[in-house]
Amino acid sequence: MFGKLTWDAIPFDQPIPLFAGAVVVLVIIGVLVWIALKGWMPYLWREWITSVDHKRIGIMYTVLAMVMLLRGFSDAIMMRAQQAVAFRSDGYLPPEHYNQIFSAHGTLMIFFVAMPFVIGLMNFVVPLQLGVRDVAFPTLNSVGFWFTATGALLVNISLVVGEFARTGWLPYPPLSELAYSPGVGVDYYLWSLEISGAGTLLAGVNLVTTVLKMHAPGMTYMRMPMFCWTTLASNLLIVAAFPILTATLAMLLLDRYLGFHFFTNEAGGNVMMFMNLIWAWGHPEVYILILPAFGIFSEVVSTFSHKPLFGYRSMVAATMAICVISFTVWLHHFFTMGAGADVNAIFGIASMIIAVPTGVKIFNWLFTMYGGRVTFTAPMLWSVGFMVTFVIGGITGVLLAEPPADFVLHNSLFLVAHFHNVIIGGVLFGAFAGYNYWFPKAFGFRLHDGLGKVAFWCWLVGFYVAFVPLYAVGLDGMTRRMQHYDVAAWRPWMLAAAVGALIILAGIVVQVVQLALSIRDRAALRDETGDPWDGRSLEWSTPSPPPAFNFAVLPQVDGPDAYWRMKQQARQQAKPDAEPRYEEIEMPRNSPTGFICAFFATFMGFALIWHIWWLVALAAAGAYATFVVFAWRDRAEYLIPAEVAAAIDRANRRVRGALLGATRTAP
Amino acid sequence: MTGIDALAGRGWDPSHPPLVAEHAAGALATKRIIVGYGFWIFLLSDIVMFSAFFAAYAVLRDATAGGPRGADLFDTGNVAIETACLLLSSFTCGIAMVAAQGRRALWFYAAMTVTFLFGIGFIDLEVREFVSLTAQGAGPTRSAFLSAFFTLVGCHGMHVTAGLLWLLTMMAQVFAKGFRPDILRRLLCFSLFWHALDIIWVAIFSVVYLMGVAA
Repeated sequence: MFGKLTWDAIPFDQPIPLFAGAVVVLVIIGVLVWIALKGWMPYLWREWITSVDHKRIGIMYTVLAMVMLLRGFSDAIMMRAQQAVAFRSDGYLPPEHYNQIFSAHGTLMIFFVAMPFVIGLMNFVVPLQLGVRDVAFPTLNSVGFWFTATGALLVNISLVVGEFARTGWLPYPPLSELAYSPGVGVDYYLWSLEISGAGTLLAGVNLVTTVLKMHAPGMTYMRMPMFCWTTLASNLLIVAAFPILTATLAMLLLDRYLGFHFFTNEAGGNVMMFMNLIWAWGHPEVYILILPAFGIFSEVVSTFSHKPLFGYRSMVAATMAICVISFTVWLHHFFTMGAGADVNAIFGIASMIIAVPTGVKIFNWLFTMYGGRVTFTAPMLWSVGFMVTFVIGGITGVLLAEPPADFVLHNSLFLVAHFHNVIIGGVLFGAFAGYNYWFPKAFGFRLHDGLGKVAFWCWLVGFYVAFVPLYAVGLDGMTRRMQHYDVAAWRPWMLAAAVGALIILAGIVVQVVQLALSIRDRAALRDETGDPWDGRSLEWSTPSPPPAFNFAVLPQVDGPDAYWRMKQQARQQAKPDAEPRYEEIEMPRNSPTGFICAFFATFMGFALIWHIWWLVALAAAGAYATFVVFAWRDRAEYLIPAEVAAAIDRANRRVRGALLGATRTAP
Repeated sequence: MTGIDALAGRGWDPSHPPLVAEHAAGALATKRIIVGYGFWIFLLSDIVMFSAFFAAYAVLRDATAGGPRGADLFDTGNVAIETACLLLSSFTCGIAMVAAQGRRALWFYAAMTVTFLFGIGFIDLEVREFVSLTAQGAGPTRSAFLSAFFTLVGCHGMHVTAGLLWLLTMMAQVFAKGFRPDILRRLLCFSLFWHALDIIWVAIFSVVYLMGVAA
């Protein structure tokens, strides 16, 4: 009846996961009860769960990322604590538990923190920057989000029911094959990522089509804000790389479920084929994450330097160059495979070449700041912190790109320090910059800037204290993923790294406080104008938060930095523009399709993990029925009357007029 | 329902070009363009997925673990009939789309039914091939080569099966709702999907079967 699922799956003998799981379940139930008692359920269902508004979906992606960041970071703290105490002792985490923690940490941080964070920001911002009312496929967008949430849910279920993979964040065979990992841990990993990977692919298709096909009049490609370009590049990579992940994990699933021999030791299986395939996805993946962050820094640096982005065209070229070259470097993840000197040299050189366009970007940001009136707000601090930190990460990356050096450093903590250096110092700093930068647009009030700066300094200092020691012990020969060690020289570095993790923890606490205090003081932090930073791109021309339809009348774009030019022109005119003619606006209707599909996908994934075959069939039928019901509906759009659009737009124009009137130059 | 979609519904009349194109959420491209474009992007991603399975097959082709090779197993006659079924079904699918553009319901249903029959014929032949291979002891668990073969060809077969389910759903939709603009857009996507499966099959036919027999 329930396949492999029995009461043994609940770890009654292990207090840590049981306690953590119980707390999470209680918090979820508590939040649900609170929402129900407050009578907010209908609001939540109508305005969020079934919403196909790109802004709402973007916010939900970001919230998912932040919640998962807490989970992923608690894993990090546990690992740092283990390595701080496990000198000539077993520490407090048994090996099988420690292995699950580092596997879950990597999986969560990449797939359920970094990915949803950048996809959420892209979803929220890009249609506003392009001057359009929605994305290309609003309902598909919702399905994509809820599939991602399903994946995150399955990973977290594994905390209490059964176990998670012990194979690292990429399940290398033969360890991940059934013979060596007979439990459900690897299956949890595989099905979570198959489902959330499908969601990511849908998000990618949607955003590529949006950037290429949906523009305000006059918004040509070379007038798009840089964030739109990096979104395009990142999502092209999603479309081209995520199917490889889906196929590779499907091969491993077939090995595990049906006895196939793709990656087994027996019957001709080829283990190294897994490394090649997974990294043919995995290396583009790091650029999928970092390119949107590059876009955020471009927006932030330009806005707070009050200057156009330096070298816009070279920035576009660099972005698209990275997009292409990122597919030619994957082998540097396993130089030690023994492909031979020629192959290693080619991939080593390609890996060094890809640092060139990245260097171009760094110089462009520096020259954007040069000669500008730079205001050091929290988003700007994250950007400057990124530039310094990311250059160090880039240098160690180029070092690792040299095969002879890599033979020494492969799988050492030097490598771990390198990729945390670029992912924390690049992706996460970028996500936090974007979070502080666009928060007022999303919610209508600013985040407390002082606390944002405190959080930044905690993260920056904490990062260096936590990861410079890892560079040092890596050079000293300490390999990654050690549950305990006997080398006395490593001990002080491990203690320092643990202190660094605690400083980062302080940063996270400050961020939580920042959010809470900003909500409390939202009246004082209110963004009345919709343009709190004197912005340059079209999202700042809308009220904060923007209405469902974004723009009552689509803006007419006649150059780069569209909104900045509009403001300049308005200042030079004697009186404001004549009021435009308002028409009724057609917007997509809400749909529960995404939520219900994800509901069935959750059951299907769980049933596949535990071999409950009848439930698999039932859930698959349910998901198909949901699609048919969606396809059968007769009205896909609703109309917003012209008067409603006009009322909202007139208020916005009044505020803008007052703001510009104060600074108008020509009488 | 104004503009291009309505025109498509009435049949294209070049003497009366559209005055107003239907805009999706205020963008400049029409919904038909956006949906078709997005579906192309999806199809490209699907082809990337197949390319991973092709790569795996190419790597594992000679990893027969002492078991049978492609030349020992493949029946080119059967594969020729499969290919004919699939290519003819693409032709009839094209006829169904022309019929839908002209709103000729009877032609549409007839052509879709023939498409379905060719498709199910293809699946029938493929299932028989798989069953007979497994019965000879050449199932997917025999060797890495056979694992890759069954996965690549089976993945295409599952796409065809999903396409058949989609085909029936679209026939039911046209029956229930008529040739509405949104349904015509879905038919556009379906026909793109069906033709893309042909392209992949041509690659499978060449790389797996022809090269397998030649080796």
